[in-house]
Amino acid sequence: MFPKLVPMPSPNLLTERDVDKRPILECINLGINFGGLAAVEGFNMAIGRTEITGLIGPNGAGKTTVFNLLTKVYQPTKGTILLDGNDTHNMNTAQVNRAGIARTFQNIRLFNDLTVEENVTVAMDAHMHYNMWSGIFRLPRFWKEERVAHDRAMELLSIFNMADLAGAKAGSLPYGAQRRLEIVRALATNPSLLLLDEPAAGMNPSETAELMENIRNIRDTFQIAILLIEHDMNLVMNICEGIAVLNFGRIIAKGTPEDIQSNPAVIEAYLGKQKEA
Amino acid sequence: MKKLSIKQHTRTDFLTYLGVIIAFAVMSFLSSNGSLSRSLTGQLVPICCYMSMAVSLNLTVGILGELSLGHAGFMSVGAFSGVVAAMSLQTVIPSAPLRLAAAMVIGAAAAAIAGIIVGTPVLRLRGDYLAIVTLAFGEIIKDLINCLLVGYDANGLHVAFNLTGSKTVADLGMQEGGIAIIKGAQGATGTTIISSFTAGFLLVMVTLFVVLNLKHSRAGRAIMALRDNAIAAESVGINLTKYKMMAFVTSAALAGAAGALYGLNFSSLQATKFNFNTSILILVFVVLGGLGNLWGSLIAAAALTVLPELLRAFSDYRMLVYAIVLILVMLATNNPTLKTFFSRFKPRKHVRKEAV
Repeated sequence: MFPKLVPMPSPNLLTERDVDKRPILECINLGINFGGLAAVEGFNMAIGRTEITGLIGPNGAGKTTVFNLLTKVYQPTKGTILLDGNDTHNMNTAQVNRAGIARTFQNIRLFNDLTVEENVTVAMDAHMHYNMWSGIFRLPRFWKEERVAHDRAMELLSIFNMADLAGAKAGSLPYGAQRRLEIVRALATNPSLLLLDEPAAGMNPSETAELMENIRNIRDTFQIAILLIEHDMNLVMNICEGIAVLNFGRIIAKGTPEDIQSNPAVIEAYLGKQKEA
Repeated sequence: MKKLSIKQHTRTDFLTYLGVIIAFAVMSFLSSNGSLSRSLTGQLVPICCYMSMAVSLNLTVGILGELSLGHAGFMSVGAFSGVVAAMSLQTVIPSAPLRLAAAMVIGAAAAAIAGIIVGTPVLRLRGDYLAIVTLAFGEIIKDLINCLLVGYDANGLHVAFNLTGSKTVADLGMQEGGIAIIKGAQGATGTTIISSFTAGFLLVMVTLFVVLNLKHSRAGRAIMALRDNAIAAESVGINLTKYKMMAFVTSAALAGAAGALYGLNFSSLQATKFNFNTSILILVFVVLGGLGNLWGSLIAAAALTVLPELLRAFSDYRMLVYAIVLILVMLATNNPTLKTFFSRFKPRKHVRKEAV
């Protein structure tokens, strides 16, 4: 049902590894209008199969809107999203997830009345096949699949040191654990692209450092692509192999962390125009 | 290897089953002993029906988190289709318990179809639309059955709609020896009573079994997840419409089975019995017992059905006292001091503090 989790050594030349493969995600001229306001416009981006990409920009630039477009919370009014070469045009949020995009939310959205374990197993719904009657009458198929789901959930939780909390209600967890649980839940859907919306929000520097390690580990273990929105520049510059900068719904710069740091357009977007000397 | 959490749920559910079995044993003993009052003995089957109704409504309101104001409508569909089935199967299935079982299955199927018809357009939407539509459904079904004429003879079933108000049973065109089962506004009269307390007990057990096992399976997790956060549930690949339909139709089917049992407990039954007040009464059972709390629903349904009888001493002020008792119970169950007192008896969760 699920691939075995074996951490792979992190290769140094990622772009080289992905070069002869089709990108996992391609956005072509993506855009959405909210009543005449172009919240996102002309958004072009390609993400390699095992690439960590950052999406940054000032508040209100449209970063979360891009996530909502990719996961079809909003239907794009313009452009195309190709997931592994397939157009996601006719898909809804659930179908996009089954096709391979999982996400976390800026404001945590857990299933608060379910336990931590249930929060994870519920995300495996697409990979479980027993029907309603097997569930009601507790047929062998039910036990078999529930056992597999349970083992997988505990395996995922233990990667994030949360196995002890499996029986606790998700709503009762401390903030940091809730953030981690959201990531575990997203990973439980077995995605090929993980979207993280401000994963380090509200974390102190040591927690952020741990999170950075976790994000790298996720990529190396699961061999998936990660696109993240983050305001913590230290995190973004350290772990992202590619960065796109969004301002007023448009990409103003794309490139490696070094390129972005020295890009005048980016500095202007964040700090304003430099006075003429 | 750690225990499956479902096995732990099963242990808790077992206590609910056990409670129902003990209650059944005690009540059958008392009634065979003759120590129950006549009115209370007559209430035994309706209590079982209401318990089952409350548990099934809890699936929609407590577990799915959608407000349904027309649960009595599904009960009505089940009751009248159950009565028609039982009356027309009299020769085919002579054994009364088997005929009752068949009637309940047919009642459940009819209510499930009604559930699909109501649910299909509404459950695709987000918001309180289900409450509005089910409210309308309850009223519509009442009026439809009010002008329904059904008879049975050697040629089979005869159905007519008395839309003009001028049709009578004679218009069904039945042969000699045919029986009229539903007679418009008069409802179903002359029904052979085949319901029994044992059947009621089995209905409650089956309802509990279905709802509890559904709740603690893949479907139940998905249903509760989309109650807690629909956007997040969709983002992990859960098909919103499918699971909402599953919960709603199951709930309707169980209400239909309860309705069939209820209908076959009275020789005469009118569609007006299943009005808005009945729907609200069942909702009160669910709210009083606690949303998502199934044994709470059982106790609330039993207590609130018996209470008006026990309050007969207050004669004219009966319903006033009933309302006061209801308010007091609601206040008491929400009292934080009492809550902490009762939480001491709950099994402790083995949750260690996060190791950071």
